[in-house]
Amino acid sequence: MSDVRYTKDHEWIRLEGGVGVVGITDYAQNALGDVVYVEVPEAGKALTAGGEAGVIESVKAASEIYSPVSGEVVEGNAGLDGDPALVNSSPTGDGWIFKVKLSNPDEVGKLMTEAEYQAFVDGLD
Amino acid sequence: MSAPETLLTTPLHALHQELGAEFGGFAGYDMPIRYPAGIMAEHLHCRASAALFDVSHMGQVLVKGPGVIEALERLVPGDIEALKVGRQRYTLFTNARGGIMDDLMVTRRETDLFVVVNAGCKTEDFAHMKAHMPPGTVAMLDDRALIALQGPKAVAVIARMDPGINTVPFMGAVELNLIGLDCWVSRSGYTGEDGVEISVRADGAEALARHLLAQPEVMPAGLGARDSLRLEAGLCLYGSDLDQNTTPVEAGLTWTIGKRRKMEGGFIGAEAVLDQLFTGPRKIRVGIRPEGKAPARAHTQIVDETNNEIGEITSGGFGPTVGGPVAMGYVTPDYANDGTAIGLVIRGKVHPARIAPLPFVPKGWK
Repeated sequence: MSDVRYTKDHEWIRLEGGVGVVGITDYAQNALGDVVYVEVPEAGKALTAGGEAGVIESVKAASEIYSPVSGEVVEGNAGLDGDPALVNSSPTGDGWIFKVKLSNPDEVGKLMTEAEYQAFVDGLD
Repeated sequence: MSAPETLLTTPLHALHQELGAEFGGFAGYDMPIRYPAGIMAEHLHCRASAALFDVSHMGQVLVKGPGVIEALERLVPGDIEALKVGRQRYTLFTNARGGIMDDLMVTRRETDLFVVVNAGCKTEDFAHMKAHMPPGTVAMLDDRALIALQGPKAVAVIARMDPGINTVPFMGAVELNLIGLDCWVSRSGYTGEDGVEISVRADGAEALARHLLAQPEVMPAGLGARDSLRLEAGLCLYGSDLDQNTTPVEAGLTWTIGKRRKMEGGFIGAEAVLDQLFTGPRKIRVGIRPEGKAPARAHTQIVDETNNEIGEITSGGFGPTVGGPVAMGYVTPDYANDGTAIGLVIRGKVHPARIAPLPFVPKGWK
């Protein structure tokens, strides 16, 4: 089982070797509503933990995507250009947003586990 | 999220909660922004069938008594005198500089004028009207709800309840009996579709809304869909597209100024407005189609080919029926022609766009 961690900004990161796949949680996609455009970061872009990595636009509003970790973007999800609604229909699958090569893997330890994130979300309602 | 204590609620608030609405503060009211179906589905349903909107936060005002038509014409550039009984007109409150204080609907009835103003302006509008109308002629109707049923099937739904709607043209109004309730119904709306707005006693509003929602054509829609629908229809939102510093001429609303009013003036700010008809406006409201997929929201800077600022977007987002981003805003007159290439500064990058005719969707009313 791969390790998935979460941020208070409702991003998830799944580690696959030294690379993390990042997306937004089901809670976040539900809160945003219909996603109509995603500005994914380009490969090579340097990211810092908690820094802006991209933008998700729903019918309602634009929201920033923050990077859970520091590192360099390996790939943005090109599939979102033609079908941004993948973020709604498959937020933790085909609706992933970018892949990042971690520059400081220790940062992952500071992120929430699945159980911690679930408790965090339950506390929001 | 629960609403702060200070927000007001409409007579349909409990029903919205029961329907699973997500709420947001709007003009001091806790209003449904969307229902579980989501803004996209609500928007598309309105264009295809019929959607129910609670717009009870808007101000309903009754004006009655000798001299009220002349007095109201001091406040608006619309021709109220020529308005026939049972007909409605879109007009504007203007200030001394010719700026727009609010946009409103005026219906002439047998013995009075029925006025609907924006929620966010209703306190100021009411004070403004009271100050300029004969004493005792202006009454705010605080005990009434306002329900909009919009979409190509909306009128058929109402006709099943009272066929009296069938003879009412768009921008006409009539008294109907809907499920035993006396309702004041105008055939109008804010979506670009055919439909009605129903003024009903507050204590009958929930029963009426439930009855309408039980019709197979109808689903509830929130303020999110109302905004995307009116944007595609090229209709202005007060506070975004219209404000105290924007004149009717700049806003492309010269058509609301009656022919007689253009000659006679006689409304607050007439000199400034009529002068602009000859000298031309400093800025003009236009439709804008971004060429890419990124929506351009309100306050997005508009630039020319050399990146000089030429205006600003005042409303913008994704148009579900258009299937892409749409916007409107103000540009200097040199750039206002349809098809003109412009740039939109979104998150620091210039995105190509073109001036486009309004509305973005064909009108659904005749």
